[in-house]
Amino acid sequence: MSNIAKAFENKKAFIPFFTCGDPDLETTGKLVKEAVKNGASLVELGIPFSDPTAEGPVIQGANLRALEGGVTTDKIFDFVRELRKEVTVPMVFMTYANVVFSYGSEAFIKTCSEIGIDGIILPDLPFEEKEEFLPECHKYGVDLISLIAPTSKDRVAMIAKEAEGFIYLVSSLGVTGTRTEINTDLDSIVKIIRENTSVPCAIGFGISTPEQAKKMASISDGAIVGSAIIKIMEKYGKESPSYVGEYVKSMTDALK
Amino acid sequence: MTNPNGRFGIHGGQYIPETLMNAVIELEEAYNHYKNDPEFNRELTELLNEYAGRPSRLYYAEKMTKDLGGAKIYLKREDLNHTGAHKINNVLGQALLAKKMGKTRLIAETGAGQHGVATATAAALMGMECVVFMGEEDTRRQALNVYRMRLLGAEVIPVTTGTATLKDAVSEAMREWTKRIDDTHYCLGSVMGPHPFPTIVRDFQAVISKEIKEQMLEKEGRLPDAVLACVGGGSNAIGTFYNFIEDKEVRLIGCEAAGRGVDTYETAATIATGKLGIFHGMKSYFCQDKYGQIAPVYSISAGLDYPGIGPEHAYLHDSGRAEYVAITDEEAVCAFEYLAKTEGIIPAIESAHAIAHAIKLAPTMGKDKIIVITVSGRGDKDCAAIARYRGEDINE
Repeated sequence: MSNIAKAFENKKAFIPFFTCGDPDLETTGKLVKEAVKNGASLVELGIPFSDPTAEGPVIQGANLRALEGGVTTDKIFDFVRELRKEVTVPMVFMTYANVVFSYGSEAFIKTCSEIGIDGIILPDLPFEEKEEFLPECHKYGVDLISLIAPTSKDRVAMIAKEAEGFIYLVSSLGVTGTRTEINTDLDSIVKIIRENTSVPCAIGFGISTPEQAKKMASISDGAIVGSAIIKIMEKYGKESPSYVGEYVKSMTDALK
Repeated sequence: MTNPNGRFGIHGGQYIPETLMNAVIELEEAYNHYKNDPEFNRELTELLNEYAGRPSRLYYAEKMTKDLGGAKIYLKREDLNHTGAHKINNVLGQALLAKKMGKTRLIAETGAGQHGVATATAAALMGMECVVFMGEEDTRRQALNVYRMRLLGAEVIPVTTGTATLKDAVSEAMREWTKRIDDTHYCLGSVMGPHPFPTIVRDFQAVISKEIKEQMLEKEGRLPDAVLACVGGGSNAIGTFYNFIEDKEVRLIGCEAAGRGVDTYETAATIATGKLGIFHGMKSYFCQDKYGQIAPVYSISAGLDYPGIGPEHAYLHDSGRAEYVAITDEEAVCAFEYLAKTEGIIPAIESAHAIAHAIKLAPTMGKDKIIVITVSGRGDKDCAAIARYRGEDINE
């Protein structure tokens, strides 16, 4: 069984997202520990990319700040290796295909496995292109997370059947960022997912309030939050871990 | 040339968010249907001929030929098309296709503004809504084209992210497409992005080499020895090359923008300085650092200021069928001035990169040889920027 499944055992998963190195890796480390202490059951760690085409302005800003701060893939690997000594919940990387490819796909995925990364989310790698990295992911036991979107329609079953780790269900059209309302008929997408796989399914994109998280988790297995957390970090910078901790607590409480 | 998964050798593919997958699949299905539809082709040919002014002239540049003292030089005058560049060929095709698909809104990226102007033009003609994304830096370099687009009824959105140039405009157009798909077609301007765009754009631009071939056979009774075109993403170049790919005796030469030189960081020459990567929906060559971060490229030409190259060009480079050379800003500006003075033709600064290479190449070839240079666009838009480059400040 995938280590990721532990995040969903007997509970709804709250999955926070952090861009590694925004504003520095020391702060990222504090944020992760604070989030886990307050009930996060899986952590999504972003490796920044210069041109994140699936992100809205908030996460674009985080990517830019992290790169300007001098973070690199190698520095992030070293950081996660240390972090793993204290953090036991599953952790996945979120980045773009070129970050993995340019490092050398095999070297990247092998290192993920060695430092305790359980999965990889690549928003620019659809079902049709997953063979790019899947052989290496299987070789080293790293789950390649599939995304399903409101526009997936007849593709939902096909993607779900081959999904591993967990399914990242994109709540709405567009890029990442907070939204006041989510209007997609997610129930019927989740129904098709359930018919085709036992892999858990978490919803992300646009979630910021405890009410939204509760609603999303009630129709799936968990809620993923990125931009709302990064907005707190924009405001408090290196002082943000305690504020983010409070926020994560409000979200995990809502999922109980 | 394209295999079913949109691959050109190892290049191409569909590296895009899941949200867009059904949109590109729908586009491919529609294109495969309409490309063989006689009515669609009749309408498109009529638009190209009656509206855009095709076929474009193949002009014998006699003074240039004599001055350089080598190969006979012909210019394929895409600058004479309506809107002043080759971009209209692709845009009329895609806009017509989008309309057949029931789309009512076109979005586009633009670098120099020529593709944006062409898209705004087609949208005005066909009664469609139009939004153009343009790097803020480019809106300054190409202020005249911004005005033209707005005059044509398009909304121009300056993009401030990243380097605020063409690559950022592409990223922003892709983001916009994921927000609004149902009524919107992304009218991509070059032979890049996810499959089927590199194939669709190439097919619509292939009219350039189809005409060159016919005109050359009529004028000279034989094929040229070399065809030259500038390359950013590579749409006018692939259009210039395509119908000659099987004619192995014809050299295909793409001219990249070296900016301040391929040995500097201020360059946009992807084949010369890039490496294999995955970006903007495709696997191809990209200017990037060792961690895969896309490099902030530079060229005096906003239209060639892109860190990647279309996947079919990457393949033609791998196979050795086409050659790619790098031309500096200074060489391009000299060629811009040279063509103006020698032939009375002011080329786009993009096209001037191809002229610059011809200036080097022609004297090395015998007088019995023939080269064709595609003048992809007209240079009015560049006059203010070139004047600034030469230290003269003029009001546009």
